[in-house]
Amino acid sequence: MTEPLSRPRRKNPLKKTQAPLTPQGVRSRTAHGLTAAAAEGRFELQVCADCAAVIYPPRDACPACLSARLPFKAVDPNGELVAETTVRISTDPYFRERTPWRIGSVKLDCGPVLVAHLHGDTIEGGRVRLALQLDRSGAPVLIAMPARDVPNMAEDVQLREMTCDPKFRRVLITDGRTQVGQAMAKAFSAAGASIVFVGIADAWKPFPGDAALKAIERVEIVPLDITDTESVTELAEQNGGRIDIIVNTAEYTRPGGIVERRGLVVARQEMDVRYFGLMRLAQAFGPALRFRGADGVNSATAFVNLLSVHALMNWPAFGAHSATEAACLSASQAMRAELRPGGVKVVNLFFGPTETEWFQSVPPPKVTPAAIAKATIDALTRGLEDVFVGDVAEDVRERLAANPKALERELAGS
Amino acid sequence: MSVDLALFAASIASGAITIVDLTQTLTPDFPIITLPPEMGQCAPFRLEEVSRYDERGPAWYWNNFSVGEHTGTHFDAPIHWISGKDLPDNAVDTIPAQKFIAPAAVIDCSQEAAADPDFVLTVAFLENWESKHGRVEAGSWVLLRTDWSKKSYADYAGLREDGAHTPGPAPEAVKWLVEQRDVHGFGTETIGTDAGQAHHFNPPYPAHFYMHGKGRYGLQCLTNLDLLPPKGAVIVAAPLKIKQGSGSPLRVLALVAK
Repeated sequence: MTEPLSRPRRKNPLKKTQAPLTPQGVRSRTAHGLTAAAAEGRFELQVCADCAAVIYPPRDACPACLSARLPFKAVDPNGELVAETTVRISTDPYFRERTPWRIGSVKLDCGPVLVAHLHGDTIEGGRVRLALQLDRSGAPVLIAMPARDVPNMAEDVQLREMTCDPKFRRVLITDGRTQVGQAMAKAFSAAGASIVFVGIADAWKPFPGDAALKAIERVEIVPLDITDTESVTELAEQNGGRIDIIVNTAEYTRPGGIVERRGLVVARQEMDVRYFGLMRLAQAFGPALRFRGADGVNSATAFVNLLSVHALMNWPAFGAHSATEAACLSASQAMRAELRPGGVKVVNLFFGPTETEWFQSVPPPKVTPAAIAKATIDALTRGLEDVFVGDVAEDVRERLAANPKALERELAGS
Repeated sequence: MSVDLALFAASIASGAITIVDLTQTLTPDFPIITLPPEMGQCAPFRLEEVSRYDERGPAWYWNNFSVGEHTGTHFDAPIHWISGKDLPDNAVDTIPAQKFIAPAAVIDCSQEAAADPDFVLTVAFLENWESKHGRVEAGSWVLLRTDWSKKSYADYAGLREDGAHTPGPAPEAVKWLVEQRDVHGFGTETIGTDAGQAHHFNPPYPAHFYMHGKGRYGLQCLTNLDLLPPKGAVIVAAPLKIKQGSGSPLRVLALVAK
């Protein structure tokens, strides 16, 4: 059984901080089919469209019938751990620091035999459930999990290398004035984060939920205005070295399109809060996050972006807002590349209209702040990179994949 | 009348005339006017470093700043309000430069404001002040000393569920100052020249409505008013020359003879 994680001891200040290393992360273009599935927490392998063979490792031609039609599809992840071994010596710099390391071969019920990392609660000859995870290099890997959930499952040492479990980590929620920020603080406290820093801008302005927010266990209010470079820099200078997860809850939602909105004041404010705010956070906190990617049990592990799903396709009723969100999405992709060498994940959560005042006149379905917070914890615990929360987000994603042009017209209401 | 400017300069140098800075420092976190969020908002002060003896500029330090016209210690021009929109010379770039230097009458209502954040300056209060200090002279700034500048930011903004609670003038008092005393303008320590609850007055925002309607000026977010005499100080308040600007942050100085 997995030992429950114990609160990490305070760091010995005389010891050098371990530099982050990443496992070998190069994958072929075809193998990135696994990356796409792992990023969203799906278990998919290539399935031959002609002979239905399930194929692993990823290939360009079916080994059974030579067909080139090999799409990735959801397959049964269950199988048997047929053999296991423990690696004690490795020449790979990343694994050298992490031995002993268990790996084994798994015979999937749907056919292929694969080599996988092993969760501590798996035994040779026993039933297992395979999962695709992104490792510290951002590359997809397989891990054999216990067939059924076991106590403390997320706390397995090998699995934790592939996830961003908030337990005993210190999180910064950048804006606690919002409903989403407050729901997020509650969720991280419940998930066992050891400190929940919550940023409050303009403390002289009262806000609803203030008292309840401050009453949440392990919440520490910090002054933070992400539209003010000095404020962001100051917080990073004080606490940047002990923040392991950043969740950017700063939001700015205003209706209006590109033509149908007078002037640039609101648009600038939108960009300042969302896009430049993100950039300020990235510049102030990014270097420390990347440096602390292997800093023990509470290493730096993730930066979470909350994005409108209309970052992917403009919704003209909130046209300028969508454009701003698209800028944030693009920035997050650059951030991923920049933070990956530190083993730090950039997690993007996409959702449609939320159950908040700025979408008051928009009909349901809407996503509640609590649902966004829950999805954030789930994404971090499972090590996901892209998450679609709620019906609107799922729907936009599907329609975008099927026909982007149709979606463009549909969102315009014509 | 011959004027001895050399004596004036010498008096400043010798300290016979002291200079009191009535200006708040421009910082990002200083409270600003807050309107309902669906309306356009005044930008807070922000500073972005261009270079600081580094790879962006090896031997020099400088910043870009952004700010609204009505942020920090600032000047209100008549064009700011709808009642002053059609007046001649009503914007900061067209107001004659002569108007930027004027004497001040300082009305101390710090005790009354300390007792009641919704303190309203009345004609009776002004008449009582005149009985002690003499008539408010035509062409004077009328500065309302409330010691508001000494408060914490939260108390300074005074925001509650029903809006801001900060002192300011009654409509009749502003009308009286403009029509009976022909004052130069009205200045306060608070975020605006009007009281926090002035949107419930008739007319709403009387200091803005009457002062600007008659081509007078406003100063707000002043500090150090407690260092000024009731009468006799001269105010230097020259806004930035923004084309058709409705106001601007500025340095406000008071000259006080020892």
